[in-house]
Amino acid sequence: MTNERYGLNKELAQMLKGGVIMDVTNPEQAKIAEKAGACAVMALERIPADIRAAGGVSRMSDPKMIRGIQDAVSIPVMAKVRIGHFVEAQILEALEIDYIDESEVLSPADDVYHVDKTKFKVPFVCGAKDLGEALRRISEGASMIRTKGEPGTGDVIQAVRHIRAMNAEIRRIAGLSEDELYEAAKQLQVSLDLVQYVHENKRLPVVNFAAGGIATPADAALMMQLGAEGVFVGSGIFKSGNPAKRAAAIVKAVTNYNDAAILAQLSEDLGPAMVGINEQEINIIMAERGQ
Amino acid sequence: MIVGVIAVQGDFAEHEKMLGLLGVEYFQIRQAKDLNKKMDGLIIPGGESTVIGKLLRELGMMDRIKAMIQNGLPVFGTCAGLILLSENIFNDDNVYIGTMPICVKRNAYGRQLGSFTVEAEFKGIGKIPMEFIRAPVIDSMKDGVEILATVNGKIVAAKFGKQLVTAFHPELTSDLSVYQFFIDLVST
Repeated sequence: MTNERYGLNKELAQMLKGGVIMDVTNPEQAKIAEKAGACAVMALERIPADIRAAGGVSRMSDPKMIRGIQDAVSIPVMAKVRIGHFVEAQILEALEIDYIDESEVLSPADDVYHVDKTKFKVPFVCGAKDLGEALRRISEGASMIRTKGEPGTGDVIQAVRHIRAMNAEIRRIAGLSEDELYEAAKQLQVSLDLVQYVHENKRLPVVNFAAGGIATPADAALMMQLGAEGVFVGSGIFKSGNPAKRAAAIVKAVTNYNDAAILAQLSEDLGPAMVGINEQEINIIMAERGQ
Repeated sequence: MIVGVIAVQGDFAEHEKMLGLLGVEYFQIRQAKDLNKKMDGLIIPGGESTVIGKLLRELGMMDRIKAMIQNGLPVFGTCAGLILLSENIFNDDNVYIGTMPICVKRNAYGRQLGSFTVEAEFKGIGKIPMEFIRAPVIDSMKDGVEILATVNGKIVAAKFGKQLVTAFHPELTSDLSVYQFFIDLVST
């Protein structure tokens, strides 16, 4: 990937800011999401809650299903590959996908190496639990970061933990003196120039969204107030009682995340939220996949 | 001078940064009551036009913004902003603000793999860097619309009265000249 292409890929993420990216499993859901105000959709065969319930190995979606969604909507379409599965990524690039999510939601294909994302023209978004993970993914070529959270649970606790951890570390790096950055780079296992960027700019060099366990307008606004630049909502929408209404409410909550009166209105009468599962009750911690 | 920036979705922060560099005061517009503030110009940023359009409508801002522009409020729209200001959208029944007598083609260069950067001539300014991200182009226009830039024969910037639109994103470069162009439009 040339520097120019990487720049364009980071810029597409900038266009998504302040928006909601929704998981969809077929063209009908994609249209509902677009109509509800999604700024992009994530095409996948099963939403994380169903992946969790079904168990087994979870892989890249059928290209035919992804094409169906690309044809159904005019907004950007993203799709997931397994961590380290660069051939799945090559296939998605051949489909001209707008963004690849190298995702811990699917079963990892490689427990050592992530995809070398610099080899691709299409952009990648990757999950991270802390600053070190985020910067390692960026050094591999990711042009957008999201918190991992804990997908498919409807429990926001891990997404909160991850964004707080990331922001606390960014504040710490910003407060270091320049001669202390070498040691910080060593601790974070990342190159010095990325640490210097964070030190100077007090932020990641790419857009940072929140993901994993967001189920209500209040959850989305919470992540925005904690500093996320937008949110991914996976199972939270199509596992709820009224997906279209909940999706539209979450979109508006992300826009007016600081206005409690509007959030109160938006939270009214949405029908049942996804039932969810508490983090203590789950068997597979997806966020532990890929470091 | 004070400029309102539509901040419901998209890269409004990048526009604010450019205004800041030029020393222009600005404020964010996220809901209808923000339109009550005094402003000399309006910016509609890049982002997803379907999202920004829906939010402007459902948050009760669309008609008011349309009336303000028709009453002479200078406006600058980039990419999604251009689409929202267009009177017609090619192959699409949606019309949003619709104050600019042009027909726009969305995603004219295809998906993200079709995004590109180029240096091209902008009328009255000279060569400037242009970033096209899943960009639209202006397909046709009515009388009175002035073409400001073309790339490979496609119209990518235009002006109609006090309305300025670009299919590319000046807010993503370090070049302030298009903003200066807009500020001059606001001042005269």
